[in-house]
Amino acid sequence: MSYQWDFSGVWSRWDILLVGLVNTVKIAAISIVLGVIVGLALAFLKLSTKRHLSLPATAFIEFYRNTPPIIHFFWFYYALPVVVDISLDPFVAAVLALSTQSGAFYAEVFRGGIVSIEQGQWEGARALGMSHVQMMRRIILPQALTRMFAPFVERSFELIKTTALASTLAYADILYQAMLVNSETFRPLEVYTTIALMYVTLLVTASALSRVAEARLTAYR
Amino acid sequence: MDYQFEFALVLRSLPVLLRGLVVTIQLWVPSILLGLAGGFLLALARLSDRAWLRLPGLLYIELFRDTPVLIQLIWFFYALPILIGAELSPFAAALLGLALNTSAYAAEIFRGGIQSIGKGQWEGARALGMRRGQILRRVILPQVFKRMLPAFTNRAIEVAKMSSLASVLSVHELMYQGRLLSSTYYRPLEILTTVAFIYFVLIYPGTWLSARIEKSLAAKA
Amino acid sequence: MTDAILRVTGLHKSFGDHHVLKGIDFSVAAAERVAIIGGSGSGKSTFLRCLNFMELPSLGTVALDGREIGRPAGGDGARYYPEAELCAVRERVGMVFQQFNLFPHMTVLDNVMEGLVTVKGMKRAAARERAAAELEKVGLGAKFDAYPGRLSGGQQQRVAIARALAMEPEILLFDEPTSSLDPELVGEVLRVIRQLADEGRTMLLVTHELGFAYHFATKVIFLADGVFHEVGTPDEVLKQPRQERTRAFLARYTEFGF
Repeated sequence: MSYQWDFSGVWSRWDILLVGLVNTVKIAAISIVLGVIVGLALAFLKLSTKRHLSLPATAFIEFYRNTPPIIHFFWFYYALPVVVDISLDPFVAAVLALSTQSGAFYAEVFRGGIVSIEQGQWEGARALGMSHVQMMRRIILPQALTRMFAPFVERSFELIKTTALASTLAYADILYQAMLVNSETFRPLEVYTTIALMYVTLLVTASALSRVAEARLTAYR
Repeated sequence: MDYQFEFALVLRSLPVLLRGLVVTIQLWVPSILLGLAGGFLLALARLSDRAWLRLPGLLYIELFRDTPVLIQLIWFFYALPILIGAELSPFAAALLGLALNTSAYAAEIFRGGIQSIGKGQWEGARALGMRRGQILRRVILPQVFKRMLPAFTNRAIEVAKMSSLASVLSVHELMYQGRLLSSTYYRPLEILTTVAFIYFVLIYPGTWLSARIEKSLAAKA
Repeated sequence: MTDAILRVTGLHKSFGDHHVLKGIDFSVAAAERVAIIGGSGSGKSTFLRCLNFMELPSLGTVALDGREIGRPAGGDGARYYPEAELCAVRERVGMVFQQFNLFPHMTVLDNVMEGLVTVKGMKRAAARERAAAELEKVGLGAKFDAYPGRLSGGQQQRVAIARALAMEPEILLFDEPTSSLDPELVGEVLRVIRQLADEGRTMLLVTHELGFAYHFATKVIFLADGVFHEVGTPDEVLKQPRQERTRAFLARYTEFGF
């Protein structure tokens, strides 16, 4: 092993990678927000006792959970425009793919949190004369939210990692920008090691923040 | 929406797609088996009393869990050969990446399972004069194996989905064949939808099985 | 009886194929204290839970102050129960559960205030005052800011009683309130219930504590196989039961007595 590591080419193009990092954070943040909205809608549809609401939601969720993410990216970018006759730019296609698939996973997180609340809590609230809405708002959701927190964070980390697939649609995320730097420097070892470490830093930071938040949420236990 | 969905094309592409499916399975099954074996050893390292085993184990697991799989595959294909001074075929790089990734996740499943067994079992076995290895093999693992099954099934599902990323390295698996065909015929809707459907058929039984095992375990508890 | 607060007519309850309650007629008047006894699976808890609609009756009616709850739906005797009507019933008919069902994310004081603020729409200051008074009454004046998870089972159950009392219900339902308590904690909960009896409150109690039932109740009901097997004063049912079935049940309780 006589390889001479040389990061100078990477360092001198730090601005290119920084653009990628900003774009990765941007697409992840937007997709998390939209994914939460999709997930909430799906969770409440699936919890419904009306089959014409719960069945389509289940089908949607199962489809996304049982197919690879990369195909959603390609499907939205190449196939959807054929159906609706508008072309999407890579950013929009990637956001659509990320927010729908994370929505399917978030839906299960939200639903799981709600159904995990013991029967006694529902009964205790009902016995006081609370309506369904009051019970959800005051008793069930506050407890469910703390239980959803850890799986929600885990899912969001998966989403952040999945944003790397946007590079296959030529969206300028960290990975795509790294490929640019690589094509100029011919230093794949240094380039790809650098962005791997960027991801580790990003996720370790996020995970530390989430642990602080979780400790606060569950203080009453 | 007067788009004509061409079923004939779907039928014509099936043989090529199924050839891709075979390669997908060739990536999938060995990745899981190698990953499980590696993961078990890693878990033992993580649980070891010796810091020089424990810390590298932790570092390895975190590196794989905190970076996108796509970057790992690209790293193994473009960066690793420079370090070791030998070419890797796309298939070998993909298999290596997937197996090592799987080992990191499997290690956490093993560790969680082993730690979930109460101290009493260790003490009971030690009181009989059993050694650590014997206790693990005869007492602990038989109890945790069932509990870990749903997690392993879920991991197998994730690996099947991840294997589609090998298409980025031009491994001729299912996703690659799908991308190739859809650009050859300019029919992304038909081809990509079919590919998604094939993945669903491949993966859904696993999801179903995992849910069933989880239910029957919960019923027994 | 015309002075019944609550009247049940022809009550049936099934869970799927399992027919639990098989036609029960019952009424309770002000200041009555009813103890309901019976073996496990006899349907005594289900009966109690039908009175505040924790379970919806399959057939039959429940009337409060002579007004039947819900309205007929379909022709086969089934009824539709609008949520608002059930909430109104539960405001007037309080319940204490076997498993306490306190809200773990709220302090003891907040647990007792919750119904007052959310359901009755009371101002927080007024709700706090009443909640504090109820907690003092059950002997938990020092635990306002504790979370339920930090309390003993007996303390938790007393908070649950205070929570139900604060709503000023006309009827209180106790569903095996001491069954999940350690033996040495049973007394503190029963003493609170006896205190309520002395105040002349209307109460229904499902229990396995036959001794307590004897001293507490004005009326005892022995429920078996989904019907009232024997109804009478505590002396009639617990001391001189007429039915063979009741005698057999009581014998099992005294088998290891001393």
